[in-house]
Amino acid sequence: MGRSEAVPSGEPDRPEVPEQRSGDGPYLQVRDLRVRFDTEDGVVKAVDGVSFAVERGRTLGVVGESGSGKSVTSLAILGLHNAKRTTISGEISVGGRQLVGRGEEEIRRLRGRDMAMIFQDPLSALHPYYSVGKQIAEAYRVHHPGAGRREARARAVDMLGRVGIPQPARRFDQFPHEFSGGMRQRAMIAMALVNDPDLLIADEPTTALDVTVQAQILDLLADLQEEFRSAIVLITHDLGVVSQVADDVLVMYAGRAVEHGSVARVLRAPQHPYTWGLLSSVPSLHGDADADLLPIPGNPPSLINLPSGCAFHPRCRWAGVNGDRSRTEVPELREAGVPGHLVACHLSAGDRERIYRDEVARVGVAR
Amino acid sequence: MSAEAEPLLSVRGLTRHFPVRQGFRARGAVRAVDGLDFDVRPGETLGLVGESGCGKTTTGRMLVRLLEPTAGSISFAGRDITHAKRGELRGLRQDLQIIFQDPYASLNPRHTVGRIVAMPLQVNRITPPGGIKHRVQELLELVGLNPEHYNRYPHEFSGGQRQRIGIARALALKPKLIVADEPVSALDVSIQAQVINLLRTLQRDLDLAFVFIAHDLAVVRHFCHRVAVMYLGKIVEIGDRDTIYTHPQHPYTRALLSAIPDVTTLGPAGRIRLTGDVPTPLNPPSGCRFRTRCWKATDRCAAEEPALTVRDGGGQLTACHHPESGPVGVPTGETVEVSP
Ligand SMILES: Nc1ncnc2c1ncn2[C@@H]1O[C@H](COP(=O)(O)OP(=O)(O)OP(=O)(O)O)[C@@H](O)[C@H]1O
Ligand SMILES: Nc1ncnc2c1ncn2[C@@H]1O[C@H](COP(=O)(O)OP(=O)(O)OP(=O)(O)O)[C@@H](O)[C@H]1O
Ligand code: SF4
Ligand code: SF4
Ligand SMILES: [Mg+2]
Ligand SMILES: [Mg+2]
Repeated sequence: MGRSEAVPSGEPDRPEVPEQRSGDGPYLQVRDLRVRFDTEDGVVKAVDGVSFAVERGRTLGVVGESGSGKSVTSLAILGLHNAKRTTISGEISVGGRQLVGRGEEEIRRLRGRDMAMIFQDPLSALHPYYSVGKQIAEAYRVHHPGAGRREARARAVDMLGRVGIPQPARRFDQFPHEFSGGMRQRAMIAMALVNDPDLLIADEPTTALDVTVQAQILDLLADLQEEFRSAIVLITHDLGVVSQVADDVLVMYAGRAVEHGSVARVLRAPQHPYTWGLLSSVPSLHGDADADLLPIPGNPPSLINLPSGCAFHPRCRWAGVNGDRSRTEVPELREAGVPGHLVACHLSAGDRERIYRDEVARVGVAR
Repeated sequence: MSAEAEPLLSVRGLTRHFPVRQGFRARGAVRAVDGLDFDVRPGETLGLVGESGCGKTTTGRMLVRLLEPTAGSISFAGRDITHAKRGELRGLRQDLQIIFQDPYASLNPRHTVGRIVAMPLQVNRITPPGGIKHRVQELLELVGLNPEHYNRYPHEFSGGQRQRIGIARALALKPKLIVADEPVSALDVSIQAQVINLLRTLQRDLDLAFVFIAHDLAVVRHFCHRVAVMYLGKIVEIGDRDTIYTHPQHPYTRALLSAIPDVTTLGPAGRIRLTGDVPTPLNPPSGCRFRTRCWKATDRCAAEEPALTVRDGGGQLTACHHPESGPVGVPTGETVEVSP
């Protein structure tokens, strides 16, 4: 994935795809997104009816188990799936423009200028045979055809400096293998930010980075957001990062949204048993360092043969509370007491509150 | 693990420089690792933390002899292995294993799990009692996989399961020391917790020693007995976990600890924000390498390199002329901008 982004095509900028402005709605709107892959073993339902919206100037944190469809969702927004093997349905609108069903050509024009992505795997997004600086400079020139080589180089050096690469002018000519893991990740961030995108999708942007550089990158994203009112989707395993920078949080499990709400609600008053498990797994900074951690038992489900009913039921301690329901009926995403806080779980509000208070909060969460 | 035990691994002056070329001509060197001294005792975990690019991976690769040191020595179980040759390495490789960071790239997608885990046994021409297949299935069980997974391929496993396959492979030869380079960074928190619990159990049961490279300081806190903090190719502070986390003396360690994002606080958290120039290993600053970003730097720091030694009766070794004292406070929510 993404290699085509890194190898500059040199194609000149075309006139904009006309904006269909419908008032001042959210900049990114995703409705009932479904993404399926045809594989030899069967159809993989990687994303199964996900909806969310991000307004300009706001950050949505997306968390969830490995394999829950976070990256697949973002690649769908960017139009980067292989059309032959992928079926995509639902609606994706960016800045008022519908993207699902549009030609690759049109989406490509938006990509890199109006929207950009920081990929999870820096090596797959950086081409091994071009110097790091050249790749960033070319990403700039693709969308600034008037810019000369020298200007593009200066811009790339500036970006490398802003993501904290020391002596960026000297590093410009080095190749990806000469960078450390974290430096490659920062180089990719520089490439994604070089055109000041309105929508930035950042897929695990700081996983390979130490905390001081991570803090610096998060500051940089905040600056970008302040200056250009960018909408940001931040996918991360690090709930600490989410608690610091996100306005809203989307929790995914097995291709579906299981909880969605403001960061204060989802992290402080979590409603879904999967979210509880996620929060309990986090190694604490203050509690007993020698205590065993509390992972969610069991393994992620198969997306070809999703468990019936609530996909989390084989791993959920409370699956039996409502008789057979968790095994037979898919729970819908519904408001959980507070407007805007949604949860997909059959437990009643009363049960959830009691279980959280008596069985969850005391042992794990918010240690 | 006991404090008096002879070190299993002993590293002195370990150094690695990479030549930087322009065209064909050498133009100086990246001083990636520059004179490390440390020991690891049997059954002990040493955490290696520090800024991206400070030389952690380079160090790990030298320890398992995937990379030739430029200078210094490595001794393992009393033998000098710094320049051990291929033939001599064979016996050594058994005791010294590495787990790579990337569970996706480090497993051959065309080999079955059984074949991947058996590989170290075959390469070293070892036939365990009961046969290879039996031993491999034992290993799969040890890391919490099903022996029936023997004939499956890596793509059929989740990230956490793949990381377990890598761990089973590393355990195949019953090593005494494992270098683990960011083994859980790519995993989600629940799977990360599973793998950390597994490593802790294995360590207890098999008396394994680890050099554990990680940047997640909360994870390091849960797995390591001792912690070494690196900055720009050097160790700036090393000591017991609790000492390092509660009474760090080096200004860089303090800045690092202050920047950990904590899920128990919402919104922008306070931290020590380092300003000042980020130096490069191509041309490190004179004296103390941290001085271009240190809020306590004095003329002495530019003139004289601080030795890694006991400071002010602290329980750790610290390389700083003006060490900090007292416990680290709970973050107040305020970001303090510091400059040299
Ligand atoms: N091209 C593809 N063909 C078939 N299956 C795929 C393809 N791409 C992704 N998948 C599957 O879709 C599911 C969702 O993958 P995705 O990469 O979105 O997970 P994720 O939530 O980003 O996980 P992680 O946190 O590990 O990055 C996974 O089970 C994955 O194996
Ligand atoms: N093959 C190489 N050629 C030139 N320079 C290299 C090479 N490998 C590493 N370096 C340089 O050595 C320094 C240390 O790199 P290393 O990969 O050890 O860092 P690290 O501490 O593991 O960082 P990270 O946390 O980002 O993985 C970096 O400046 C890097 O650019
Ligand atoms: S619906 Fe049932 S199985 Fe699913 S999370 Fe709620 S209680 Fe658990
Ligand atoms: S030696 Fe000086 S510059 Fe280095 S950390 Fe100590 S006070 Fe700061
Ligand atoms: Mg992903
Ligand atoms: Mg590394």
